[in-house]
Amino acid sequence: MNGFEWVVPVILTVITAATPLVFAGIGELVTEKAGVLNLGIEGMMLAGAVTAFVTATLTGNYILAVAAGALAGMFMAFLFGVLTLSLMANQVATGLALTLFGIGISALIGQDFVGEPVKALEKLNIAGLTDLPVIGPILFGQDALVYLSFFVVFAVSWFLFKTKAGLILRAVGDSHDAAHSIGYSVIGIRYLAVLFGGAMSGIGGAYLSLAYTPMWAENMTAGRGWIALALIVFATWKPGLVLVGAYMFGGITILQLHAQAAGLDLPSQVLSMLPYIATIVVLVIISKDESRIRKHAPACIGKIFHPAA
Amino acid sequence: MVYITPILALTLTILTGMLLFSFLGVDPVEALRNFFIVPINNQYGATELLVKATPLILCAIGLSVGFRANVWNIGAEGQLTVGAIFGGALFVYFPETESVFMLPAMILLGAIGGALWAAIPAFLKTRFNANEILTSLMLVYVATLLLSLLVHGPFRDPDGYNFPESKIFTDSATMPILLEGTRLHFGSIIALLAVLTTWIMLAKTLIGFQVKVIGTAPKAGAYAGFSQKKIIWFSLLFGGAMAGLAGISEVSGPVGQLLPSISPGYGFTAIIVAFLGRLHPVGIIFAGLLMALTYLGGETAQINLGMPVAVTGVFQGMVLFYLLACDVFVNYRFQLNRFGKAA
Repeated sequence: MNGFEWVVPVILTVITAATPLVFAGIGELVTEKAGVLNLGIEGMMLAGAVTAFVTATLTGNYILAVAAGALAGMFMAFLFGVLTLSLMANQVATGLALTLFGIGISALIGQDFVGEPVKALEKLNIAGLTDLPVIGPILFGQDALVYLSFFVVFAVSWFLFKTKAGLILRAVGDSHDAAHSIGYSVIGIRYLAVLFGGAMSGIGGAYLSLAYTPMWAENMTAGRGWIALALIVFATWKPGLVLVGAYMFGGITILQLHAQAAGLDLPSQVLSMLPYIATIVVLVIISKDESRIRKHAPACIGKIFHPAA
Repeated sequence: MVYITPILALTLTILTGMLLFSFLGVDPVEALRNFFIVPINNQYGATELLVKATPLILCAIGLSVGFRANVWNIGAEGQLTVGAIFGGALFVYFPETESVFMLPAMILLGAIGGALWAAIPAFLKTRFNANEILTSLMLVYVATLLLSLLVHGPFRDPDGYNFPESKIFTDSATMPILLEGTRLHFGSIIALLAVLTTWIMLAKTLIGFQVKVIGTAPKAGAYAGFSQKKIIWFSLLFGGAMAGLAGISEVSGPVGQLLPSISPGYGFTAIIVAFLGRLHPVGIIFAGLLMALTYLGGETAQINLGMPVAVTGVFQGMVLFYLLACDVFVNYRFQLNRFGKAA
């Protein structure tokens, strides 16, 4: 090829870097649409990552491993739900607690597994199709979770904006008092939304420890849970834009890795800062327009629902 | 009730901890003894507790002002790091100086560095409405990488065999030891002064009153003409300065030089300290000592019982969880309704 043979491998790595963000972002989007702000994504992703990794090492069954990751994320989300929905604790503080707890508990569970290798998640291989130049490996050579991530984005988009249940969920997020007064169970619906968010974060974490870097390391999410939170603001709570944003951030992450490998004349630390600085820049650009945020953000986000009040 | 829930939360944490210990195959009573009593049953241990509590209390006291005003600065770890960089830089560039003003200047620079780092989220929040939780947290990663960059490059000790470390701080750049034979240093006095200052500030000054009003009743604050932006700036700068002090007191104290990693997450644990201390200066002292004990206890349990050091983090997270859960008793009154069901 003519000097562009690096394009396909780069795109492939961008996909693996973006997929965990797609999962975590789309899960949190549903949670936030129901009016709940869960800042504990980082903790749920770590729980998912370590559980999936341990399950994969012990059983060798990757379907079971991903399911275990999702369950671990849901368990963490359930704790968050009990505190914020049933016991009406402050959502910001509880989210922080979830992250700190997740860092600790995942380090404890994973301590005997640090540095152990595991086979990376298997990639699709369809004779003929996958071998096509350029589009073959990109379209037909991914692992199952990449396809699932796209499916989930479209499914969530359809659910939120084309189904009655989705309308109810958005109503709960925009005006919990109104939804309550016409007989919907605000708390019940929010529990479901929080659990969905947990499952998605868990799968996002599982993707990190099974596919992106097939290993377990303490605190391996390195802030991705927080980047996912920023993504939702960037996407102004639209599922399709979460996908776009995740690939943008995935792109920046990979770009700096390749720049480091190519020996760009910049210290590696400066390049490693890029994804975090980009997050801040994007957040600033989007948040600048206060009315736009107010128009798109669920009106009841972060507010405690108390039916008697 | 406000002051009972931390004790309730602790009791629940300890009970859950005992379950966790038995699950890990360790005698729970022996584990608790190693966690909470062995580390501090001699003078050296007790002073180590103060050494560990110092950065926690400093960071937490700064955060507590912000949390009271609903300003969610969670980037104390980054502000701590930049404080250490600013203060430490003075020594790196003037290693020969033996002036008595060296250490005070480093402490001042530490506070300035932390405040400057916190000024970024303050500016982005007040000017561009950017969420301070996310920006302050992103800046933690940037600060850690910045420190790594500096100690791998310009700050590296030229005679240090290429290790990513600065020169070891000389006496004039080091916190005086308060008790011979221990590591207890002047930073603990700074922390105590910070607590006192904050207490007076919150209880007796107009700005302290504004912080409390904006936090509890923003609309009343606006009606009274208090500027929300001013409070955002104030609480972030104050929190940053305190975290910066923690940073310089660590590198000029127990650490003794600039290294790629200077804190085991004090800035994050300080969030727990602030809440556990009920955002009150005196409470924060107790909570800081307690969280410091979990660090020491984790180390002791690791050495004596071979328990994983990660248990510390689990304990810390659990305390905050239980505390937030128990707060339902503070915020609401439980009563049984006609159907005998809690409402």
